Amino acid sequence: MTKVKIYVTLRESVLDPQGSAVKGSLGKIGYNEVEDVRIGKYLEVTIGETDRDIDTIVKEMCEKLLTNTVIEDYRFEVEEAN
Amino acid sequence: MKFAVLVFPGSNCDIDMYHAIKDELGEEVEYVWHDATDLSGFDGILVPGGFSYGDYLRCGAMANQSNVMAEVKKCAEAGKPVLGVCNGFQILTEAGLLPGALLRNQNLKFMCRTVELKVENNNTLFTNQYEQGQTINIPIAHGEGNYYCDDETLAKLKENNQIVFTYSGENPNGSLVDIAGIINERGNVLGMMPHPERAVHELLGSDDGLALFKSIVKQWRESHVS
Repeated sequence: MTKVKIYVTLRESVLDPQGSAVKGSLGKIGYNEVEDVRIGKYLEVTIGETDRDIDTIVKEMCEKLLTNTVIEDYRFEVEEAN
Repeated sequence: MKFAVLVFPGSNCDIDMYHAIKDELGEEVEYVWHDATDLSGFDGILVPGGFSYGDYLRCGAMANQSNVMAEVKKCAEAGKPVLGVCNGFQILTEAGLLPGALLRNQNLKFMCRTVELKVENNNTLFTNQYEQGQTINIPIAHGEGNYYCDDETLAKLKENNQIVFTYSGENPNGSLVDIAGIINERGNVLGMMPHPERAVHELLGSDDGLALFKSIVKQWRESHVS
């Protein structure tokens, strides 16, 4: 069994209104040193026995469904589990 | 002319769309479930609004993986008219049938009201019954209608007159250059956030949306009926 941690973030060129709102709130409670907040998604995908290359299939999943590469970037970490 | 109204789990504007076609336009229409594998019997495809698959992951992402979307792509390639409204627009961008993406509204609010649109291009199969530059009143109802694309794509949209509708009053969602609706390069796939199917009778507050459906039928009759 393999556990994959996938991090999805909005591309830098894309405005993040959620992040801006959260930055405003952090400022309101005194964290004026905060310069930027970007909100993304975190996915954990557990993969069972397979002959296929894990990196290849995770990349495929990300491109086909898990992310929209018009607006999002992603990176992932592969962890061997028991 | 026979229309298909696609229905995904979570679609909620399918019934409005169906009745706009049947009762106000007076054309044939059928609901088509998302696992259908054949759309060859239909002349036009309508992808309605709603929250397909609960908007989980991203709006329209999972709907794009359904069987019927492979058929919609075939219809688009064959030159049949394909209209996506609201969630339907989001699905068409996820499918790559239209460029760009729809982001969360800039003010983070779900906006539900009637807005004023400007017809930027009346030389399409969806807008030939409008005047160029005409302003029309059509309702919006969305939380993620903030159209985004990169500079290169925007330049192309402008160059090819693919921006069909813009918000002419206030921009309700932060959409790039006030875009409310765009068409593909070939001119047979239109996506728009506002709901023309909710503006097909004066009793609904506006009948400005009816001309969009009449445009489709007019074009179809001219090319299919001698």
